[in-house]
Amino acid sequence: MEIARPEVQRFTGAADGAIKAAAGGLSFYYGAVNALRNINVPIHEKRVTALIGPSGCGKSTFLRCFNRMHDLYPGNRYEGEIRLFPDNTNLLAPEVDPIEVRMRIGMVFQKPNPFPKTIYENVAYGLRVRGERARRVIDEKVEQALKSAALWDEVKDRLQSLAFNLSGGQQQRLCIARCLATDPELLLFDEPTSALDPIATGSIEELIHKLKDRVTILIVTHNMQQAARVSDYTAYMYLGELVEFGRTDDIFVKPRDRRTEDYITGRMG
Amino acid sequence: MDTAHIREIRSVIARGKRWDLAFAIVGIVCLMIGLLTVAALFVDMAVKGLPRISLEFFTNFPSRRAESAGILSAWVGSTLVMVVTAVTAVPIGAAAGVYLEEYAPRNWMTDVIEINITNLAGVPSIVYGLLALGLFVYQFGLGQSVLAAGLTLALLILPVVIVATRESIRAIPAAMREGSYALGATQWQTVRYHIIPYSMPGILTGVIIGLARAIGETAPIITIGALTFIAFLPSPPFQPEPPFLSFEWLFAPFTVMPIQMFNWTSRPEAAFQVNAAAAGFILVLMTLAMNGLAIWLRYRLRRNINW
Repeated sequence: MEIARPEVQRFTGAADGAIKAAAGGLSFYYGAVNALRNINVPIHEKRVTALIGPSGCGKSTFLRCFNRMHDLYPGNRYEGEIRLFPDNTNLLAPEVDPIEVRMRIGMVFQKPNPFPKTIYENVAYGLRVRGERARRVIDEKVEQALKSAALWDEVKDRLQSLAFNLSGGQQQRLCIARCLATDPELLLFDEPTSALDPIATGSIEELIHKLKDRVTILIVTHNMQQAARVSDYTAYMYLGELVEFGRTDDIFVKPRDRRTEDYITGRMG
Repeated sequence: MDTAHIREIRSVIARGKRWDLAFAIVGIVCLMIGLLTVAALFVDMAVKGLPRISLEFFTNFPSRRAESAGILSAWVGSTLVMVVTAVTAVPIGAAAGVYLEEYAPRNWMTDVIEINITNLAGVPSIVYGLLALGLFVYQFGLGQSVLAAGLTLALLILPVVIVATRESIRAIPAAMREGSYALGATQWQTVRYHIIPYSMPGILTGVIIGLARAIGETAPIITIGALTFIAFLPSPPFQPEPPFLSFEWLFAPFTVMPIQMFNWTSRPEAAFQVNAAAAGFILVLMTLAMNGLAIWLRYRLRRNINW
């Protein structure tokens, strides 16, 4: 199947702000299994880009390429590149340290995964990893991060209590705060609300909407309404390929590809 | 549905339930064979030994007269040997376990090492005794000392500690590891801030269960030449004048509880059999107390970690 490459190219040069990152000819292999095939897609700066598609289409695999999460497990292999701008670094280059990549790009997981430590320590962890020791600096950044994640008012009186005592939605916002504390350039969300109830989901979506003023966001979701609500751009993936990419309004109103249309109208997936 | 059909279903269920009952009975019988045997032994020992247990029994050295013989040198010796064992086995075992789980590349070498660690746990303890006699006692010149015995038992329980460490590391959800790496942590930072603290309850449990096994070990201790009759204590680890700490006790000759017991059981006089029973009772209590401590620690430390 040939990808609608010209359309992708057209958006790569779109006038809507700068490009923060771009995948070029990206393929990925779990051992012998080819999970991603020749993906080309731009990520617009300070916009929300949603990755949608049926289960097993490779959207999470693609997301996890951005912070080299696949390097943690043996037998995985990347081909092609993901460029991060403005410095035009190829995140997938073997000489680029995955730790450096992860310091620039934050990730929020499907299931909230706070550490079994205090609320304060969870947020401070990224700073500690970077060697920050000054108590005053850490205090201040923890407060800022919790405020940015709309969690400060709920937890300011119990920063020293365990993160596990928070509700699911609060835990997920804590995980977002944990990323924000170190000012990432790009924030990856891997189905961040799939384990949450509708109210908590709403607050996370609202947060994502606020955050795009300061950080570029790439979000995987299997909830199409969510993609429509939170994203500026949408990429539809199917069987490891990028079928269609465009402005969310366009994708949902007039998809160009038959497969995209089938998926978003609920005939498939 | 007609009544005949319902009756048939009921008879099928009744037949199935008879098997449930049959297995439950067999299971209980098997369980009781094990439990009752141990309980009978323990009660027998308690009945024989309890009258002998008094404060003097703990504060007296062994003696040729059974009534005034005590276990002072034995319990002090056992305690000191356990301290040496724990202090050496915990860091070595935990480090080896962390390495195997977090750092070791997945290849045939690692597989060979893993299989051999499991095999080591099955090596008879007397073999460790022989190894220790050659290595610690003669080669390193440690002599028949507390240190040599502690190191021997540390070797003996090392596989238990390593396996416990690995199992509790494996119980840590991948999400914790990924969460740490995703924030830009290095491998060591992840190990230091997450893997070790979260696996500590499991490691400690493994260590204590290993120590509970080691405290009853007799064969390797006899092999390296522990004394069976000793009427003095190692020099105390603390002293009033600087440097306040003394490590002379490490090189002192010693005896341990099971050897003291063994010594008494091999005497012809009936009064010494009573002493042996009393010492055995104390030894079992020490083991149970250690297992109890392991359960309590696991419960305490895991309160904050529930995945």
